[in-house]
Amino acid sequence: MAMTEQEILAGLGKIVNEITGVPAAEVTPEKSFVDDLDIDSLSMVEIAVAAQDEFGVEIPDDQLKHLKTVKDVINFIQA
Amino acid sequence: MSKDRVRVVVTGLGATTPLGGDVASTWSALLDGRSGIRTLTEDWVDTVPVKFAGVAAVDPGEVLPRPEARRLDRAEQFALIAARQAWQDAGAPEIDGERLGVVVGSGIGGIGTILSAYDLYREKGWNRLSPFTVPMLMPNGSAGWISIELGAKAGAHAAVSACATGAECIGYGIDMIRSGRADMVVAGGTEAAIHGLNLASFAAARAMSTRNDEPERASRPFDKGRDGFVLGEGAGIVVLESEEHARARGARIYAAAAGVGYTSDAYHITGLDPDGQGGKNAMLAALKHADIAPADVVHVNAHATSTPLGDEIEARAIKEAIGGHAIVTATKSMTGHLLGGAGGVESIFTILALHERIVPAIANLDDPADGIEVDLVRGEPRKLDGDQLAAINNSFGFGGHNVAVAFTTV
Repeated sequence: MAMTEQEILAGLGKIVNEITGVPAAEVTPEKSFVDDLDIDSLSMVEIAVAAQDEFGVEIPDDQLKHLKTVKDVINFIQA
Repeated sequence: MSKDRVRVVVTGLGATTPLGGDVASTWSALLDGRSGIRTLTEDWVDTVPVKFAGVAAVDPGEVLPRPEARRLDRAEQFALIAARQAWQDAGAPEIDGERLGVVVGSGIGGIGTILSAYDLYREKGWNRLSPFTVPMLMPNGSAGWISIELGAKAGAHAAVSACATGAECIGYGIDMIRSGRADMVVAGGTEAAIHGLNLASFAAARAMSTRNDEPERASRPFDKGRDGFVLGEGAGIVVLESEEHARARGARIYAAAAGVGYTSDAYHITGLDPDGQGGKNAMLAALKHADIAPADVVHVNAHATSTPLGDEIEARAIKEAIGGHAIVTATKSMTGHLLGGAGGVESIFTILALHERIVPAIANLDDPADGIEVDLVRGEPRKLDGDQLAAINNSFGFGGHNVAVAFTTV
């Protein structure tokens, strides 16, 4: 069964907090990883690796660079 | 005063060891004669003949925020913790980054990262590896991270010489300041190698104690019953500074880092040259570099790892280089052997012995080996008397590396 946006958001919040220390509550759909959450490209790789374990969805590098916001990641995982 | 005669002083100390999470708790445990060695409970312990070690008293995961800790190998975690302590202890001074250096090494490097990353790569594939795998496993990683933290741009180095690493790094730091390349250097060593593979490998070299029924009694330098070294982990890092720079900012000065001597045995890849000339000549070179006489040296923190051959060879070398008056301690009897971290923490112990005028006793020294002609500290810590005192920290490493660092009171 597909995960809901809320479930994915909660999982992403946990991952982002674990990797960057940004509080999970700040990880909201409209936030940009680079501009709002101050997350660098290597941290995005870490997030993608963790997301693979958490959601069972592989995010290839050529896709990862297009995922600018939290909502982009949620959409990618739901697709 | 020519550049190469700049006097170097120690203005900050930081450590995390099997005895405590900082310098004060470690030093107090040493003076109390406590052991940092305990039985291991890891699931691999049944596969190795050595079932105990000196695990860090404070887990670095309790000190560092999780996002930072996960990007660092355990050895780098220890190094960063000790470096921060040392820098704070030195007063966290404002300094031009171009005049600040770092010399921090590890004997083995990020071995824990190598092993776990290899398992992950085999089980789940390359794309599950952390993008930080390489900086976690490289032995210069600690030096790099510390340089970033402090903005140190005068050079970040990582001498690698097995169990002499920490002392060699401090020596290199002294050289950087004496040669005018830096005004301050953060220097020392780190190691995190308590893993089944390392215990197995050192046991394969027949170097380790297997006194599994009495872990706290297993590290017994200079004792007749010694049967090998005991592995420890942690880091010891000092802040070195030109005396001129330290005086100008009113820094607290623990001691002068007066000189360093290096030699290589060119004899055997793991065994000490039985005539002890390499160790002796390193001590003599340190005295010359420090411009002090053997009679000035009241105390030696011996390398003394509790191996059957090494301790007596070193005692003879001390007798020949310094003389029988030297008050000798062997703090690995309580910390275990921190490998690349050993020269860092033991330099700190040597500095504190001069600063506090007291030398910790050697633990587990029930029955000294025959023919030792130096003054081993037994039972209680020994007070040091006198105004102008010098002391030496010895560190020797596989590969035949011999390093002696000379410190003096100021």
